[in-house]
Amino acid sequence: MLAILSIGLAMVTVPAWRVTAPEPVPLIGGPFALTTHDGKRLTDKDLLGQPFAIFFGFTHCPDVCPTSLLELSAVIDKLGTNAAKMRFLFVSIDPERDTPEQLKLYLSNFNPKIVGLTGTMDEIKAVTKAYRAYWQRVPTSDSYTMNHSTFTYLMDRHGKYASLIAYQQPPDSQVAAMHRIIAAP
Amino acid sequence: MLNAIKRLAVVVVAIGLSFPAAARDFTAGSIKIVQPWTRVTPEGAKVAGGFMKITNTGKEADTLVGGTFPLAAVFQVHQMTMDGGVMKMSELSSGLEIAPGATVELKPGSYHVMFMDLKQPIKDSSIIKGSLIFKKAGTIEIEYAVEPLGAKDTGHSGAKH
Repeated sequence: MLAILSIGLAMVTVPAWRVTAPEPVPLIGGPFALTTHDGKRLTDKDLLGQPFAIFFGFTHCPDVCPTSLLELSAVIDKLGTNAAKMRFLFVSIDPERDTPEQLKLYLSNFNPKIVGLTGTMDEIKAVTKAYRAYWQRVPTSDSYTMNHSTFTYLMDRHGKYASLIAYQQPPDSQVAAMHRIIAAP
Repeated sequence: MLNAIKRLAVVVVAIGLSFPAAARDFTAGSIKIVQPWTRVTPEGAKVAGGFMKITNTGKEADTLVGGTFPLAAVFQVHQMTMDGGVMKMSELSSGLEIAPGATVELKPGSYHVMFMDLKQPIKDSSIIKGSLIFKKAGTIEIEYAVEPLGAKDTGHSGAKH
């Protein structure tokens, strides 16, 4: 009885993003339309023919986002000439504060191949829904911060999901995964 | 012999000069703050984290409730956790308790003090003064060693642990 009860409780406490996570073949990706840090529009259609890496974060982020961007910068360097054969997208989940100008300033610290993307709240909701990226606004005493998923999704040249990179995955395995999607037909 | 002492003195001075930003320890009452440090922030960053070890050598619990950081308008005590690939952050609005005899480490990916509304970026090779406020020990003046962007630990700009 106790066992049944505790299983029941465990199910209740599983976060919503886990319940909705698709199994076993992840249906990650889909249409989106966003604005780059240079103020240009970018959609999933513009990316067809080129593999890309996409991840989510915000500039008011003390730890995970600058660390991810720094590591990605090093990974891009290690890709050498292959780096030009794919795209690297950093999507803000805090469009209220992350204007294209703010993204541009923030990304000036990292590899220039990383493209910052922001949009209206509806556009961010659409892209994060397509990529199953979890995000939530968390109030603090006089401002707010964000909870968010830290995965990087690797998408092939047809815009189809290829693989996942976890936060702080060893750089060499990230480089290998990127070489694989660049080589994939 | 005198020459040897002189040479030693030169070496000691040189070592001293080569570690200008070493993280240091600070004590007030029963609270010891070990090697506080922060990181260089990207251009345009509005937030930064502060990290350190806090030891309570006393017989009663004490609580870190706040502090000041000269480059930031807001100082908060935060907790960060990673849960199945999701980064979660929350403010510890009633502070961070340090049990008697306990050491709590504030580090990337865990407890940290958060500097918000930064007035200017944190630059390399400097020391930044600040303060921490404890319920019992009161205000402790400290100095943060500044580590490079993305640093995971202190000791890169100065003496090792």
